[in-house]
Parts: sequence; structure tokens; C-alpha cells
Amino acid sequence: MTGPGAMRGLVFLLIGAPVMAGALGTLVLSLAEPGLGAYARAVALPGLAESLAATLISGLGATLGALLISVPLGLRAWRDARLRAALAPVLALPHAALALGLAFLLAPSGWIARLIGGVAGWALPPEVVTVGDPFGITLMVGLILKEVPFLVLMTLSAASMVPALAQMRAGQALGHSPGSVWRRAIWPQLLAQLRLPLAVTLAFSLSVADMALLLGPSHPPTLAVQILRLFTAPDPAQRPVAAALAVLLLAVMGGAMLSWRLVEPGFLRLLPLGPRQRDLPVASLFLWLGALLLAGVVAVLGLWSLAARWPWPATMPELGLQGWRGVHWLVPAVTTLALGLAASGLALLLAIALLEASDRADRPLCIGALLLLPLLLPQIGFLPGLTTAFLWLGLPSGPMVVLWAELLFTFPYALIVLAGPWQALDRAMLRSAASLGAGPWSCLWRVKLPLLARPIAAAAAVGFAVSVAQYLSVLLPGAGRVVTLGTEAVALASGADRRAAAVMGLLQMLLPLLAYGAALAMPPRAPGLPRRRDDC
Amino acid sequence: MRRLLAVLLLLAAPAWAGWDETLAEARGQTVYFNAWGGDPRTNAFLDWVGEQTEARFGVAVQQVKLSDTAEAVARVRAEKAAGQGSGGAVDLVWINGPNFLAMKQEGLLFGPVLADLPNARFLDLAPGAPATTDFTEPVAGMEVPWRLAKFVLAHDTARAPEMPADMAGLVGWAAAHPGRLTHPNAANFIGASFLKQALLELAPDPAVLAQPATDASYGRETAPLWAWYAALRQNLWRAGRAFPESESVQAQLVNDGEIDVAMFFDPAAPAALIEAGLLPETMRVWVPRGGTLGNVSFVAIPLNAAHRAGAMVVADFLLSPEAQARMQDIRVLGSYSVLDPARLGAAERAEFAALPKAPALPALTDLGPTLSEPHPSWMTRLAEDWARRTTP
Repeated sequence: MTGPGAMRGLVFLLIGAPVMAGALGTLVLSLAEPGLGAYARAVALPGLAESLAATLISGLGATLGALLISVPLGLRAWRDARLRAALAPVLALPHAALALGLAFLLAPSGWIARLIGGVAGWALPPEVVTVGDPFGITLMVGLILKEVPFLVLMTLSAASMVPALAQMRAGQALGHSPGSVWRRAIWPQLLAQLRLPLAVTLAFSLSVADMALLLGPSHPPTLAVQILRLFTAPDPAQRPVAAALAVLLLAVMGGAMLSWRLVEPGFLRLLPLGPRQRDLPVASLFLWLGALLLAGVVAVLGLWSLAARWPWPATMPELGLQGWRGVHWLVPAVTTLALGLAASGLALLLAIALLEASDRADRPLCIGALLLLPLLLPQIGFLPGLTTAFLWLGLPSGPMVVLWAELLFTFPYALIVLAGPWQALDRAMLRSAASLGAGPWSCLWRVKLPLLARPIAAAAAVGFAVSVAQYLSVLLPGAGRVVTLGTEAVALASGADRRAAAVMGLLQMLLPLLAYGAALAMPPRAPGLPRRRDDC
Repeated sequence: MRRLLAVLLLLAAPAWAGWDETLAEARGQTVYFNAWGGDPRTNAFLDWVGEQTEARFGVAVQQVKLSDTAEAVARVRAEKAAGQGSGGAVDLVWINGPNFLAMKQEGLLFGPVLADLPNARFLDLAPGAPATTDFTEPVAGMEVPWRLAKFVLAHDTARAPEMPADMAGLVGWAAAHPGRLTHPNAANFIGASFLKQALLELAPDPAVLAQPATDASYGRETAPLWAWYAALRQNLWRAGRAFPESESVQAQLVNDGEIDVAMFFDPAAPAALIEAGLLPETMRVWVPRGGTLGNVSFVAIPLNAAHRAGAMVVADFLLSPEAQARMQDIRVLGSYSVLDPARLGAAERAEFAALPKAPALPALTDLGPTLSEPHPSWMTRLAEDWARRTTP
């Protein structure tokens, strides 16, 4: 293996460069018309202000809301191992499937309304606006449901770096309730660590397209959907306008990051509010609400996939297998599985190579913004430019470029999951292995990898889940030739057949769960771990 | 002697001789058929088409399911911009109206191709026949018809038994049934068709609509339409502030009980969706008194298609009486055939006559006259104007 410089170069070529090229391509395209013409036309679009408002409300609202909710839930998860164990499968939930189920659940004529209406005797669905509301509030709810588990997990990881247990004991000895110690003493120390995860959450929430198509407003839609529409419009003159909007979205992202630094002190001042001696049951409230919604999502997807007909006001469908028989789910399922295995496998290889190269140079890897670039820039800002760049390079549209595009997202996540345990490896053990004559390869193969079998399995499972959930990175570089469960679920949801969409959503949900199950089945230490010390 | 005759016949019909070459070249190809993928029944029909062409001609079909046909147009355009003159990703595309006009004008299509297809002999291609123009744009052999489309509305007779006589009457109907009517976003083809249908009825001089719209003619002809729409809009679903993205989403809203009226560019769609379990059994077709818009659906082959011969074989198979009869079967798709019954043999005509009927399936005679599509420039302007008027 070559030095860390070469390894970093390779990572830059595979991950950083495509993102930058894509973003640059977008910027160049937005300047294609003389005198900032594309920007002028973008500003003149009907409903731009409303688009921007829905984007900000859903994107910023979801990030702030998820952060607020993650404070009490973070404490609960920190103290409750069962809740920690339950986080992983929720994290693995693909967002398109989640949005699909939420839409079936929350629509004015959705399952909840039918259950209430069945009791209350409603002849017609209530005239309330839920799914597709003009401000993007339903979208915000969906995003919060998606992002809270991620932020809770990041909170736990940050809490492991401070002496939280000792501080909790000390605070409780002073008469504070656990919630009070957490909010006043422990959590404020974690905030600096949470900035990067927050930026990832914000970038995702601002640029999500599949969830916005299923839950968000359509007239006008959020910026991400508007950009997608304009990029794929029949009139090529719309593409610079779409690029200008994408640059606007990047600016919104940048502005939000900057203003977060201004909001942060205020946020910290908010935390000490509330009682000192006892805890309000907010964590339980959010936990039950979230669990109820998630259970409803899974149940309603299951029911729709087994429905023959399910018109208003029936609370239960007539059962039938039309959903499973009517669509070809096997090909997209196999494609999704194959892409997931390849994208997570490559991501894992790359992450291990990068970490190992840093070890050999004796320079700990700093996971900074550059490595996480694909997660920090809104996807819709660089993927269209990247698709064009692939064409210019002569790379044919299809599974290979989709795999590359997916790697942009599976790699950073695999790296995040693996880097902590990797760097926490007992250095003394590695040094003694080396002093006993083990070369770096032997040390990697016989000490590090066996010791890290579980984190490696976890990183692979996370990479797989990220791959299964991809939408834009399949749709745009795939030229429609690559059909996954995610793209099918969204495409079918825009058609008349919910049953078929539900089948795709269910399968999309099932695949990452299987991967997590496989990762959990991995013994804590692989049996290959050497027992005789003179071995290495 | 017989062999000599065959050779002579081949020489006399050079197009057919060329067809054998096309068949030979096509064998083993996989055709990437870019078609809107929102309708599982259409998808299932296209799967059947692929099975048949694979078994008969060794040509596999891979449907690329689009949520909007514009995606395929954008792809071909991007490939052309990147200098990719052959080996393109799109072999065959289901296309109509504005997208056809755009691709034809930008030189993105291969052709003329229609005359080379053996099954084109079953078409009525006399000047002025529906299959010769696509939204007033001459087809000129650059695309191949495959199904007949006609605009219809459908209402749930259980919840809304009475419909008005014409489009103008919808204002009063909506006032009596507030929140129970809507139409797809006008950026969507069906949404724009709803506006065009009203325009054909309300325009002071409908003949002008066949010409490209000018600022003056547009302002004059659409003034009554927008007055009508302003009166209608406040009583639409969600007070006319949100619109379904497509006719499929709108049909879902009917099934959900949120509205009472659906609209399609396919008279058989309500019956087909009832059969599929996706609409209430009480849905029936309603057409305004003066008749409705009609056109023909086409497929076209991009200039840089990687599998041109295979695409021609698939387009030709779509035109075969067998495929057309299967397509018209209500249990399969229920779309009307584009073939001219007068050009079919007795056996083929019997095949069409034996197709099953359904209560929600209208007879062609119930649908009234077919009105010609306005020039595409009207649709573009209507959609833009509508977006300006209805976006808050």
C-alpha cells in the first residue's frame, strides 16, 4: 500500500472531485446566459417566494425540530440500551418508503382519517390540508421522523467523548433531575461535535427530492423539486434557470450554516429553561408519537400491498395480491441488492484503505468537511452537473455511473461509522504486535480487521442502507435504465396504483433490515482472532 | 417458377426486402423503450409486447419508466450536446405534441420511418387523417401511431349523479359541489387538455386555434376562458390552491373520496381502472355536448438510438392487428386501436368484435365528435399563463 498522500489522492479523485466538478458544472451552467440572464429568469419564476418559503420551513424547521427533539431523546437513549438498539433499524428506514407510508397515513382521506371517520360517521373526507400543504409542514414532519434517530446517534457518539457519567452523578448529587443535568451541563458540551451532523441534516433536508415529491407542496413545489422539474423539462432553455436555482439553494445552505453560529448561543440559553428537580415526560411523548407513526407507516404499507380495492371510506381493504402480481418487483429488488452490495463493499474497502494509510503514516485521519463533502452539499446542486460530466467523459449511462454516484454517499457514512472504533483501537496492542515482528500487512489482516469485525459489519450495513435509499443519484446518472425499488416506489406513487407502490416501499424497507440483521449476527470478535501471542 | 415469383415480388417491394434486413439486424438487440411508467396496465402491456418481440424476432424490450416524457427528450438532447451521435440511451420513446415538436425541430429524431414498417398498411394515412398530424404538426413519417386518445371526464354517479351539458356549466356545478372538482396541474398534459377543452368551447373564433398563437389572437381567444376559470377556481378542490400532478393522482383522489370527477385522455380509462380496482364501480364517462379533444399517441426513434433496427421492429409490432386488438381488450388496456377497420381482413375484424364489454366502457358513438388539437403554441401559452395566474 502506498502512502497516505496517494490514498488521499485516490479518495479525492473518487469522491471529492466528482462533487466539485458537479457543483462547478452547475455554476457554469447558471452563468451560460449573458448578464446573469438565468438568475433574472429564476427570480421571475412564478411562485419562487413560496417555493423558497416551503423549502426553508421544511428544511430549517426539520433540522431545528429534530435537534430540539434529539435533546430529551438523546438522554433517554444514553440511559436506555434497548432504545439504543432500536435506533439502528429506524435509521435504516429508506426515506422514500417512509414518506410513502406517511402519505397513506396522514392524507385527509388517509388511514387515520378513515379510522376516525368510521367511528364519527364521516360521509366525505375532512376538508383539511395535510399531505402537500403549501408550507411544507407535512414534509417537515416526515423529515423530523427521519432525522431524529440520526441526531440521537450522533449525540451518543459525542457524549462518549466527555465524562458524562461522572457529571451526571455529580449533578444528581446536587439535587438536579437527570434531564436538568443533561440540558444544563452535558448537552452544551456536545454541541460543537454536533455541528457537522447538523450540517449533514440540513443539506439533506433542503435538497431532498423523493420525500418532497411524496409529501411536499406541488404548486409551487420546494426548490429541490422545482430544480428537478426544470432540469428535465423538454425546453433546454430551462436548464440554466434550474442551475441558477441550484446555486441559490447552495447559497441558502451557506447562509443557514453561517446564521446557525448566530442562533447557537440563543439555543443554548433555551436549554436551562424548565424545572430543575423533575423531568417533564417530553421524551416519552416524542418516543410514543414517533413509534406510533412508524408502526402506522409499516402497517399501512403492508395493508396497501395486500389490497385488492380500498376506496373511501373503508377502514380496511378488500384483500388481494394485485399489488404483488401487477408489478415486476424482482428486477428492481435484485438491482437494488446488487448496487447496495457493490456500493457498500467499495465504500468499505476505500474507508479501510484510507484509515490504514493514515495509521502507517502515523497521522490520525481527520474527518473534515472535505471527506464529507457529498453529504454537506445539497445533492440537487451537484448531481445534474455530475450527470453531464459523466457524459462528457464518455462514460455510458447505466449501472456503473450509478454505482459511482452512490459511492459518493455510501463512502462518507461507512467512514463515519468505522473511523471511531478504528482510531479507538488499543495502540499498545498494535505496538506490541509490531515489536513481535508482525509487518503492517500481518497486523492489518490478523489484528485490526478481526478486532474490528463488528464495526466493519456495521459500516457495511450502514453503507448498504444508504445505497438502498438513494433516489436522485440513481435517477439522474442512470438515465432511467437503472431501476431500483426507490425510483419505482416514487414513480408508482405518481401513478394510480398505491398497491404496487406499497410493494416497492415494503421491499425497500426490508432490504436494509436484513443487512442490519446480518451485521448484528456477527460475533463481537471474529473467530479468526489469533490466540497465540507469538503469532504476531 | 414459384421461387422466381418470390424474387420478383421482393424486387417489386423494396421496402419489404429492406424489412428483412431490419429484422436480421434487430435480432439479439435490447430496445430501451422510454415510456411514461405511471400506469401499471400500460407497463404490463409493454411487458407483453417485449415477450412477443423476443419470441418472434429475438428483440428484447426494456421499458424505461419515465415520470415525465420530457426526461427522455432531455436525455437525447444532452447526448447530442455532448457529441454522442450514436449509441444513445433512448431507442424508442412514447411521445406526443409539444415533445414531438421540440424533437422534430431540433433534429433529434430518426426518420421518416413509418413507410418502412409493413403493418403501416393497416393505417389510414390519407391527407387529413388523424394519424397524419400530431397537434397540427405534420407527422411526415417521423413517428409511428400506436393508440387512439380522446379526452373524457368521468364522475362518480353515487356521489355526483348529475353533470352539466357543457364545460361552461361546470361553474354552476362546482358552486353546487364546492371542493369536489379539480384538474391536473396545467404543466401536465391532461391538465392542459382540460383548459384546451374549455378553450375550444369558449373561444370566440375556434378556427384561429389551428394557427400559431400570437399575442393578439391569444389575448382575444382566451379572454372568455380565463373569466370562466376565475369563476370556477374558487370552488375547486383545496379552493384551487393545489392541483394533482397527473390524472392518475387525480383518479386516486376520486377513489379516496376527496373529489368526484376524474379526467383522462382515454375513454376506456375509467372502465379499465374499475376493473383494476382503482376507481369506484359507480364511475361513468361524461363528455361535454360539443364533443372532446382527440389525438393519436405515437412512438418515435431518436436519431442517435443505439438499437434502431430493434426499435423499428417493436414499433411495427405495436401496429400489428394482434397487438392492437389485445391493447383494446378492456382486461388488458382498453385503449382504442389506431388501425383503420376498412383495411383489416375479416378475421382481424372478428377479433376486434369479440372483445369483451364493460358497463363503464362507452361506445365510440356516445363520445360525440372528435375536436382537433389546437396548435402546440396555444398549449405552451395556456400552461405558462395558468401557472402565472394560479401561483400565489
